[in-house]
Amino acid sequence: MATRDAYGKTLVALGRINKDIVALDADLSTSTRTAWFGKEFPERFFNFGIAEANMISAAAGFAACGKIPFASTFAVFATGRVYNQFRTSVAYPNLNVKVVATHSGISIGEDGPTHFCVEDIALMRALPNTTVLIPADAAETEAAVKACIEHVGPIYLRLGRPKVPVIFEESYKWTGEPLTFKIGGSVTLREGGDLAIIASGLMVSEALKAAEELEKEGIRTMVIDLYSIKPIDEDTLVKAAKETGAIVTAEEHNVLGGVGSSVAEVLVETVPVPMVKVGIQDTFAESGPMNDILVKYGLTASNIIEAAKKVLKRKE
Amino acid sequence: MNTAGGKDAPHNEQLINELNKIALEIRRDILMMTTNAGSGHPGGSLSAADIITALYFHHMRHDPKNPKWEDRDRFILSKGHSCPALYAALARCGYFPREALWTLRKVGSILQGHPDMIKTPGLEASTGNLGQGLSIGIGMALAARLDHKDYQVYVLLGDGEIDEGQVWEAAMAASHFHLDNLVATVDLNGLQLDGYTGDIMSLEPVGDKWRAFGWYVMEIDGHNMREILDALDMAERIKYKPTAIIAHTIKGKGVSFMENQVKFHGEALSEEQLNEALKELS
Repeated sequence: MATRDAYGKTLVALGRINKDIVALDADLSTSTRTAWFGKEFPERFFNFGIAEANMISAAAGFAACGKIPFASTFAVFATGRVYNQFRTSVAYPNLNVKVVATHSGISIGEDGPTHFCVEDIALMRALPNTTVLIPADAAETEAAVKACIEHVGPIYLRLGRPKVPVIFEESYKWTGEPLTFKIGGSVTLREGGDLAIIASGLMVSEALKAAEELEKEGIRTMVIDLYSIKPIDEDTLVKAAKETGAIVTAEEHNVLGGVGSSVAEVLVETVPVPMVKVGIQDTFAESGPMNDILVKYGLTASNIIEAAKKVLKRKE
Repeated sequence: MNTAGGKDAPHNEQLINELNKIALEIRRDILMMTTNAGSGHPGGSLSAADIITALYFHHMRHDPKNPKWEDRDRFILSKGHSCPALYAALARCGYFPREALWTLRKVGSILQGHPDMIKTPGLEASTGNLGQGLSIGIGMALAARLDHKDYQVYVLLGDGEIDEGQVWEAAMAASHFHLDNLVATVDLNGLQLDGYTGDIMSLEPVGDKWRAFGWYVMEIDGHNMREILDALDMAERIKYKPTAIIAHTIKGKGVSFMENQVKFHGEALSEEQLNEALKELS
């Protein structure tokens, strides 16, 4: 299931319980799945047309009156296009607005770089008061959307278009144990003393694949699903750096300012260890079928393996 | 909170005089605050002073003792740089002590250079990056409808501000959603930072533009208290569409050497100029 589908489903379920939830969209509700909420709660669904700036500031108005607005559109429009609106109308007054962006990264494939979004994490995490979350699969998305309701304040929730592999069991369990999604948290999916792969979103499943391959070569690999970029789980990152002494980060985002940068910012001031960032290498990329694009722009398990070997050499 | 006899009081001579007197005091405060701060935007604050006075001291339902009263009318100063006028009004209503006015733009003040709804009691939105207030008002007006509340949402825009495309996104949406609980007032003083609005970016015909977007439009003299009050009353009677009040105003209104002078858009008076101005405003 795609993370956007899990969002659509969860929002409807929460809408039944919490009457303060309103959903806003900018003519992409069929794609972002807020249309599902609109179908069940037409009086609480507002389509603003192709006018994202108006939508984001209106969300601020809703929040100022006690509503919990979920404003959705594609990541490229939900961030860069309305950066000043979000910054001034929402983040500065610390209003309870949830911007849930779908179609992030480059995995939308054929639509191409105009519609890719490889800079949103950098933009949104630079804003005070703002929480940035990137769930890895459907179950984690459901948990993240629920956390959005519990947390009072601006949140940027980054979702994708494609179907993604199932990582967590239903009701957000890992190896049979129920997990708690916590803003500022992470999930350590595998333990290992040689190397830690810290990944977000689409790259978490690639990180797990890479770890399995590395394990076959005797490289004991820790894998961390870093779903909360801001606030960030400093304790777990520090522990991982101490235990392994080598870090690879993996993200579907420009390597400038994203997940890798967030991790580096923590470690450089605590436990500086060799590190390699897997991600989009400061390019807008190009159109193409998703799998071809992910290969060409270096977002696969084999890129992570390559990075792991590079970083292990530096560790020696 | 109505210091002038209650919202339903007739617009008699006594009420008009009382409000004009308050507006004069607000004008004096605007100039003293900005000169004390050494910066700020006195010109557009003076052009908005009468409209803000009419709203806060007669027309709007609000309670300074209970700033978060759920049924209060909301006012959003979308042209956030004119906040000295709003701060002066809020202080006079009792939202915070008058002494705070002399801390404007200073470190630790509750009165920021542009409106901050967290720091300043009585503010409904953080504004000043132009073009966003009407959209915020749409969210509030829709929330009122969902909650079956009858409060009104008033947004004050600058005329230079309506260069911003977002204003027209909002204009389109407000009429699409039939927001008859939303009133946009344009402070049409004819000047923006770089000069005459007609030279920088042609706005006219302003009224026709709002009309074309589906709004009920009134054009008034934005310094004539009776016209302002009548227009605000009329706006509440208009159903099924939002109302735009195009208020023809004078930038720097009330001080002869400031009127229509673009330099006082964003420049405070010197002590000497202030003394001159206060003599005129007495």
